[in-house]
Amino acid sequence: MDGWLGVLIMLVLGVGFAAVMIGLSVLLGPKNPTPEKLAPYECGMPAVGDARERHSVKFYLVAMIFLLFDIEIAFLYPWAVALRDLGWPGLMQIVTFFMILSVGYLYVWRKGALDWAPAARARNALRRGPRKAA
Amino acid sequence: MDLRFAVQLGIIGLTFFMLINASAVLVLAERKIMGFMQQRYGPYLVGPHGMLQPLADIVKLLFKEELRPKAADKWLFNLAPILSVAAAFTAFATVPWGAETTFFGLLDDPVSLGVADLNVGVLVIFAVTSMGVYGIVLAGWASNSKYSLLGGLRASAQMISYELSYATALAAVILLAGSLSVREVVDAQSGYWLGFIPRWYVFLQPVGFIIYVIAGVAETNRAPFDFPEAEQELVAGYNTEYSAVRFALFPQAEYINMATMSAVATDLYLGGWHGPFLEQYGLGWLWFLMKVGLILFTYIWVRWTVPRYRYDQLMNFGWKWLFPAAVINLIVTAALVLYFNA
Amino acid sequence: MPDTLIFYALSGLAILASALVIGQRNPMYSVMLLIASFGALAGLYIQLDAPFVAVAQIVIYAGAIMVLFLFVVMLLNAPQEDAAEWDRTHPLRQGGVGRFGAMLALLLVVQLAWALMRANDVSDAVSSRGDVATVSSVREVGRGLFTDYMFAFEATSILILVAMVGAVVLARQERGQ
Repeated sequence: MDGWLGVLIMLVLGVGFAAVMIGLSVLLGPKNPTPEKLAPYECGMPAVGDARERHSVKFYLVAMIFLLFDIEIAFLYPWAVALRDLGWPGLMQIVTFFMILSVGYLYVWRKGALDWAPAARARNALRRGPRKAA
Repeated sequence: MDLRFAVQLGIIGLTFFMLINASAVLVLAERKIMGFMQQRYGPYLVGPHGMLQPLADIVKLLFKEELRPKAADKWLFNLAPILSVAAAFTAFATVPWGAETTFFGLLDDPVSLGVADLNVGVLVIFAVTSMGVYGIVLAGWASNSKYSLLGGLRASAQMISYELSYATALAAVILLAGSLSVREVVDAQSGYWLGFIPRWYVFLQPVGFIIYVIAGVAETNRAPFDFPEAEQELVAGYNTEYSAVRFALFPQAEYINMATMSAVATDLYLGGWHGPFLEQYGLGWLWFLMKVGLILFTYIWVRWTVPRYRYDQLMNFGWKWLFPAAVINLIVTAALVLYFNA
Repeated sequence: MPDTLIFYALSGLAILASALVIGQRNPMYSVMLLIASFGALAGLYIQLDAPFVAVAQIVIYAGAIMVLFLFVVMLLNAPQEDAAEWDRTHPLRQGGVGRFGAMLALLLVVQLAWALMRANDVSDAVSSRGDVATVSSVREVGRGLFTDYMFAFEATSILILVAMVGAVVLARQERGQ
């Protein structure tokens, strides 16, 4: 437990430091709130609409795909540590794992879930010309 | 409380203190180096050669008015910078910065120069880096402002995208070392080939090193991947509504993250505190500092040299180029390790 | 003795955070409290000498799944819930579904109480570390995972593949493509 105690101490020190700094500045700073200062910033004009609009579903997709590959990486670490004990069969197993996941990865890629510019593929195809069209 | 425990606490305190100083020094270093690269002096009025500038900045920020937009969520607005800073400090806790030492015989058992000596250290680095996303995304949400929210979402999406490549590059290093303990990885890099080439992993894993550095730059939201903070597009992104100290804590967390990335790169790829001459006098940590400084200088150098990525280019690069490269690097490394029976 | 103290502190934190998750009106608060409870769980795993499980918990659960939750809460623009009102629409006063739900909750509480009474003494579980080799515990996990549990491991990859396809299909349908 000794190593973890150090991590905990650093965590507490970090939180304490930030809290103390914020506390100090709340104590030491002037307080003159005016309506203009308290309004959200929108390039100098009054804000239009509520900030809580709906945003693109792409963020959800990125988080979801990240989660799935994160799980894959969590499997990767014990394998990496134990590789020398597992030998070539272990490598084959992880390659099988990656192959199956790469099917998913290619599917996600082809379906455009990884594209952030909507017309990127079409634009690239136009720029490259007909002979390089996939 | 025996002497050894007291010494360990002292080392933890020293590391914490040095980290705080590091962020201040980095602010100054960035401004000076930026200045010199742009053929001008950086700050030079405050103190000799401007060295007291960070102190002046801190004092100014402490006395500034702390604004919080009326619509902002009070708890989350305050929690976000605390989370960022806490994650940044905790990440450095897993990095040992010096060899085990008995302080010239003062102690019976050697104590390691570093906050924690975990046997799953590399995984903890990964874990705490994953938690660093929350400070930014909360800051974006809690401000209840369009710029902040979009900036926060973009920043966090960028960070999680590059985390995959980051972790996969680290996994390749673990393959070589056969252990998750950072100290063991560093010790596996001691010694020389042919008498003069140090056994650093950067020579065995050049592609992995490049992948790691790129992913590290993207993780810390530094240029050329700092689109979420782009002054031109998003005002200050998730920072827009923050002022004074709460604002200052975000760049501080960013600089400490930079320091952590550099420290991890030094430990895992550049041999940590190993180097000629200095180790036998117990000064290996000087080598560590020099290597970390070199990587930090490269960080700053890249920022002021290279133009910024557009957001979709950034995400494309992370998902379609870097991640497959990292995976291929891992598989090839594994095959080579098995083939040479290392 | 300090081990037991730490155990009670961590489990108290976990239970408190989890209870607060349900009681919050603002979904963002719920998410952050859930992350806190996962942190406490990770501490408990560390106490049980399972550092890999603890770190995997943080990496996957607190670091990936909760980020997903956070994104969803933010994207859905989930509003604050209204304060509960004790009126005719309260579940306990309703017939049918309400009463069934209340009975299920009661059954769960009874099961938990039964399980807790049959559990071993806390200090035994925490202090009987035995000869578990913590240094190579991750290596043990790796070895076991790829020899004894290889089939489960490969089956997991199919599971992840299905999840990926499902996520893309779901998101695409909502965009109307």
